[in-house]
Amino acid sequence: MSQVWVILFAPLLAAGLITLFTRRSQGLSAALSIGAILVGFGCALQLFAALGSGQPLSPAPIQWLSVGPVQVEIGATVDRLSLLMLLVVTGVGSAIQIYSLGYMKGDPGLSRYYACMSLFTFSMLGIVLANNFIQMFIFWELVGLSSYLLIGFWFERASATAAGIKAFLTNRVGDFGFMLGILMLWSYAGTFDFAQLQSRLPGLHLEAGVLALIGLLIFCGTVGKSAQFPLHVWLPDAMEGPTPVSALIHAATMVAAGVYMLARVIWLLAPAPFALEVIAYIGGFTALLAALIAVAQNDIKRILAYSTLSQLGYMVMAVGLGGDLQAMFHLTTHAFFKALLFLTAGSVIVALHHEQDIWKMGGLRQKMPHTFAAFLIGTLALAGVWPLSGFYSKDEILLLALDHNAGLFVLAAFTALLTSFYMGRAFGVVFLGQPRDRHAFDHAHESPLVMTGPMLFLVVLSVAGGWFSAVPHFLQPAAAGAEHSLGLQIGLLAIPALGFLVSGLLYWRGDASDAPLQRALGPLHRAMYHKFYLDEIYAVLIRYTQDLVAAVCDFIDRWIVQGLGVGGLSLGVGLVGRVVNLLQTGQVRTYALWFGFGVVVVVYFSLIG
Amino acid sequence: MVGLDHYLLVSGLLFALGLVGVALRRSALVTLMCLEMTLNAANLAAVAFSHYLGRAEGQILVFFTIVIAAAEVAVGLAIFVALFRQKQTVSLDDLTSMRS
Repeated sequence: MSQVWVILFAPLLAAGLITLFTRRSQGLSAALSIGAILVGFGCALQLFAALGSGQPLSPAPIQWLSVGPVQVEIGATVDRLSLLMLLVVTGVGSAIQIYSLGYMKGDPGLSRYYACMSLFTFSMLGIVLANNFIQMFIFWELVGLSSYLLIGFWFERASATAAGIKAFLTNRVGDFGFMLGILMLWSYAGTFDFAQLQSRLPGLHLEAGVLALIGLLIFCGTVGKSAQFPLHVWLPDAMEGPTPVSALIHAATMVAAGVYMLARVIWLLAPAPFALEVIAYIGGFTALLAALIAVAQNDIKRILAYSTLSQLGYMVMAVGLGGDLQAMFHLTTHAFFKALLFLTAGSVIVALHHEQDIWKMGGLRQKMPHTFAAFLIGTLALAGVWPLSGFYSKDEILLLALDHNAGLFVLAAFTALLTSFYMGRAFGVVFLGQPRDRHAFDHAHESPLVMTGPMLFLVVLSVAGGWFSAVPHFLQPAAAGAEHSLGLQIGLLAIPALGFLVSGLLYWRGDASDAPLQRALGPLHRAMYHKFYLDEIYAVLIRYTQDLVAAVCDFIDRWIVQGLGVGGLSLGVGLVGRVVNLLQTGQVRTYALWFGFGVVVVVYFSLIG
Repeated sequence: MVGLDHYLLVSGLLFALGLVGVALRRSALVTLMCLEMTLNAANLAAVAFSHYLGRAEGQILVFFTIVIAAAEVAVGLAIFVALFRQKQTVSLDDLTSMRS
């Protein structure tokens, strides 16, 4: 099916055209980029419609690299899993790109912005469509590159540049493990192709330890891209980019890539229970850690960023518990409501002239009714309130945890409670109560249609995205969801209710402040505010590792390269020179003697030797 | 009966004598003479081989050697004369300018 290539390459074409020809004309650049992703969305819908017809959707792969036993193809996998992701990426992506028209209005770098956006979309679609590990890895790195470009978009700001570098480098750490995993898998199976690997793997009879190691190394890629502990530190800093970029990176695309990759290679992880267990615990821990940090943040985008981390933790935990369907379900609904939340947050930020501190907002309900309603729906969906999409997907994960691991269930349920609490806090402080900054409040205004339109689109998806358990049924039509009692589901519904109740008591009033929470939590609150000092710990760790590596390098350079290599060589040559120099007496007789000596030696060897 | 061995023995002794002379004597003139002695030792061996093997090449070679030796002596003496004009000595102990 040629639509697949159109979906993949239209954004690349747009990026190329913008970079080469239309940089001067911002309107044309935006039109190209938005047009490309809309065409992609249309083709994805067409593929979706063709799914039932039974004809093969994946186009024939193209031989790309052939070196001895290494065969690499560029192909496209079109199955239900990738089709779902295609729809999410192009659908949410086009909403975000249209929204950017309003948000980035007047920015001198708009053409560059849209070129980067298109490049990013291309990279992400490449990951989604990859049919082998090498192709996936290439696009994986491309996503890293384009995220660096987008996060550091406002490069005049030193903090934005630093955040871009941090995101890129942190991802590289994870990608290194990912690459090792790919190579290790190749050394055993001799192919990179997903389908071939899947069929060959059971016949290889690999040891459990080897399988677990491969699984965990490949999971390293997810830890980097999907920002799991301990490589989660880049994601909150990535908020330095424009808000639509945050929406794209944190909702629909980049961070979803890690979870998608795990779902794509679930057959690899399934026979390695130890790896799955580690994945589940890392996911659960990330979910809790990020939720705790989110409670104490004051920057509206950072709250959302930590909430993203927390939700990604849920997804990874679900994969670790063997529920790749549930993970993909939550990924989809999360893409909807988190993109919505970021876009509404962006709307607030623009209205207040790029003010991001929630304690300078307040009372915006009257000024921005549409944004208010959209944020409310996003909040409810994120917290998992019936009948919004988040309820279905999150409860699937909670129930999965309940079935498999009681400890993780408690952890996840507590995280859900925290989620509703911090979202309730942000919602209350921003939209309810009294305006705290009169000047900013007076300037606040509802966003134009170009921004509220995409928000409306995402509102619809956030509300309806979870009905009929659509996603798991779509991915695996035969799957029958485990039935759980109505009582349990109502019990789960009580979790967000409790969270909202507490946050309502503390924050949904005019004189809301963090003081009661600070008093109640004491030093814990301070630790949460400072993100548990992880950045500082890393800084110290990195400094010491760097010092150690530097010392080792210094030793090697000074004593082995310089001492033994360069110095030793010159010393040796010098010594030989000195010894030979002694022969040069200047006395003709000595030379004659040596000459005679030489003749004897030559004659000896030519006659006898 | 005098055989090849005797000639070669005399030749070897002459060569050794010449070499020792080259190595030990101080006067450049004597060194040159000793050098001639080693050449003549070789000549003697060549002629002896030529006779005992019944082949003419050795004797032809000796003619060349004698001619070259004569030329060499002429060049060598000329050098010594030039040297003496420059340095007022032909003692090899004093001529060490090859080592700066």
